Amino acid sequence: MFLWGSNAREAHPIWFHHLLKGIKNGARLYVMDPRRTSSAQWADVWLGLNVGTDVALSNTMAREIIHAGLARMDFIENATEGFDDYKASVEPFTLEYGALITGIPADVIREVAHTYAQADKAMVCWTLGITEHHNAVDNVLSLINLSLLTGHVGRWGCGCNPLRGQNNVQGGGDMGAIPNKLPGFQDILDTRVRERFERQWGVTLQPKIGWNLTEMLGAIDRDELTSLFVIGENPAQSDADSNHVEHLLRKLDHLVVQEIFLTRTAQLADVVLPSVASWCEAEGTVTNSERRVQRVRKAMNPPHGARDELWIIGEIAKRLGHDFGNPTAEDAWNEFRTLAPDFAGGMSYARLDALDGIQWPCPDESHPGTTFLHGRLWESPRGGRPAPFSVLEHSGPVEMPDEEYPLLLTTGRRLESYNTGVMTGGYESALHHGESIDISPEDARRLALVDGALVRVSSRRGVLVVPARVDRALHAGLVFMTLHFPDEVNTNVLTIDVADPQSGTAEFKACAVRVEPVEVAAGSPH
Amino acid sequence: MTTAAPIVQLSRRARAPKAMVELNVDGQSVSVPDGTTILGACAALGIEIPTLCYLETLRPVNVCRLCVVEVEGARVLVPSCSRTVEAGMKVKTRSDRVRHTRKMVLELLASSVDLTTTPGANELLTEYDCDPARFGPPAPASAAGVRETRLPGHHTPPNPDFAATIAQPATLDNDLYVRDYGKCVLCYKCVEACGPDHQNTFAIAVAGRGFDAHISTELAVPLPDSACVYCGNCIAVCPTGALMAKSEFDLRARGAWNEACQTITDTICPYCGVGCTLTLHVQDGDIVKATSPLDNAITLGNLCIKGRFGWRYVQQRAGEGGPGADGRG
Repeated sequence: MFLWGSNAREAHPIWFHHLLKGIKNGARLYVMDPRRTSSAQWADVWLGLNVGTDVALSNTMAREIIHAGLARMDFIENATEGFDDYKASVEPFTLEYGALITGIPADVIREVAHTYAQADKAMVCWTLGITEHHNAVDNVLSLINLSLLTGHVGRWGCGCNPLRGQNNVQGGGDMGAIPNKLPGFQDILDTRVRERFERQWGVTLQPKIGWNLTEMLGAIDRDELTSLFVIGENPAQSDADSNHVEHLLRKLDHLVVQEIFLTRTAQLADVVLPSVASWCEAEGTVTNSERRVQRVRKAMNPPHGARDELWIIGEIAKRLGHDFGNPTAEDAWNEFRTLAPDFAGGMSYARLDALDGIQWPCPDESHPGTTFLHGRLWESPRGGRPAPFSVLEHSGPVEMPDEEYPLLLTTGRRLESYNTGVMTGGYESALHHGESIDISPEDARRLALVDGALVRVSSRRGVLVVPARVDRALHAGLVFMTLHFPDEVNTNVLTIDVADPQSGTAEFKACAVRVEPVEVAAGSPH
Repeated sequence: MTTAAPIVQLSRRARAPKAMVELNVDGQSVSVPDGTTILGACAALGIEIPTLCYLETLRPVNVCRLCVVEVEGARVLVPSCSRTVEAGMKVKTRSDRVRHTRKMVLELLASSVDLTTTPGANELLTEYDCDPARFGPPAPASAAGVRETRLPGHHTPPNPDFAATIAQPATLDNDLYVRDYGKCVLCYKCVEACGPDHQNTFAIAVAGRGFDAHISTELAVPLPDSACVYCGNCIAVCPTGALMAKSEFDLRARGAWNEACQTITDTICPYCGVGCTLTLHVQDGDIVKATSPLDNAITLGNLCIKGRFGWRYVQQRAGEGGPGADGRG
């Protein structure tokens, strides 16, 4: 098992229970993470690579696997394309060169490569340590390359799995809340697909790929986007370079925010639509990390004045000239099933209830759901088109430490908190210690900092003051913060707004900062 | 390049069906898969066996001795929760010997431990004609912390005027849990759930010997100074209410806990993408407790700190015309 750029012990604790069972059954765990996290503490080997060197590590492993004759050539020939170009592209990544870039000893990279290639079954799981980089898509493709090279895909117990960070981030994609797809991952540029939706909805759909969040912010900047409807998101605090995002949101002609709280973003809005907490005050579905569509159910009544999200959408549609009627969540779901039959045709509410959720695709009511994807790659002759290898260059963080900003700041989550703290601010625990900047013992010594000392942290974009916490999980030069307490310490004033051009995800995992002790006046408590 | 392709496992290996084993329980024949426990065989026959330390999601530790049954030819009674069936086994679950032993176990527990929040305790005490008062009036509660610091060998002689008890004040040292060890029957479930069976945090263990045995953090430090990560998976498995969410403890203390008027609804946790089923216990329009079903394949009844305690924000919203939200929640 590779846990690559994931601290699942804290971010996905119950999934980690299953991983622990695997470890006890003899599975080997390798954790790739610049920090020696609580997940890394369970690893057979912790690979504390330099931030943003994932492609280099993957390419180095690939070269070693190829040179050692451990590539699954029969699978590569049957199921993939582009191997020769890929092979040539990883050729410069010798163990020594890879060690130089990643900071991981050559013999460790060699061992990991051999173990992965020779394993009967091997899985790569990742989270934001892979995707919150300016080259996020390259990082993901580099892991896919490894799985294709070794045949660890399309089989039970193998594959590439992003551990989803939010309970319905997968479901958002399933339902078409992405710029280029209609519900069920159907291509919006496909005429036949559009026609089916147009017939059902009685409208004409534009054959046009929309903007992702990062592109929307750019479009606001260029005055191409003047009105924004935000549903249950807090971009004023969750997006990189917050000062700039707030400036953009203020620039809009019209901002509507549908929320359960008056968040920082909602405070900037012209109109706030109070909605229900969808997971406990409404009916519906979410999709988890393993593509399992699950029912959420109404357990209680919402506070007076909060409206069902479906009702809000329906009322807005009505004012725009479309009458949806008064569909229940199940009606809306059943419409989705008819529009994406291959995807969800067999997932009635009754079956979702009876089976505790079903993994898509599930085309008909006798289908048990799909535990793993891409099995077609093992069919002979292969089913469908070949899986492509990708040629990838190593490209480190956009902003590297220099004399002025000598430390690299990386961000993440802690166990007890979540995102911008809108939800986890609601309870107290002994684990809540507020925001801190975690710093290596070496840097703390250099700056003469004791645990809890207040420091001023500055980047090219912003400055904040925060207590320092000495953390032995960090190597010298690396500091860590979360986004959990933006009202007290808005970490995102520091982060850099450079995003992956394909995914639109910003490089939250790396920016250069300077840390200086704050002189506290004698006698004043900090 | 072509080499002989290694055999590749493409789908989940089907497990070979287990051989069936036939045995006799209370005069009835039953056939169950090899490896089934006697308790499992009894369940198949609809025979109820009382348990305290057994839970289907935990490895049996055989400590409560309430589930003992008589196996013909065996010298001692056997714990049905962990003893597996054997072909031709003859089991008696209600013999005089079994009833006598269970009665003694229950009387010793009831005389020394507060069972007022143990579901089913009263029914069992009646069913087995228990008279816990026969050991004398209960000894007064010890002061807070005394049982944690008592060292082996420092035992005070028993006082024949009282029945020994473990009565002691509840420990309130954090925002989320109450540890009311006067209700602890030392079933080990919390230790197993916190440790090797699920959470692997190992914040608690059994310390002390004999009647001084008790559940403790390392060096008896307060919970906030221990390794505890507040998943509450110990609370979820506690059979007596010794471990309780503070929200439930406070409602009970106010006399406001009313299980009869609570609704129970399964939904999905609003945090990460694992998709844990969250069972919401709602009373008077407010969530009062969150649990997860033991038979849920994702959770096996477990949750993390966010799932078990992170729901309070939904109750911190102001309705229309109410006090304004504070901008954060």
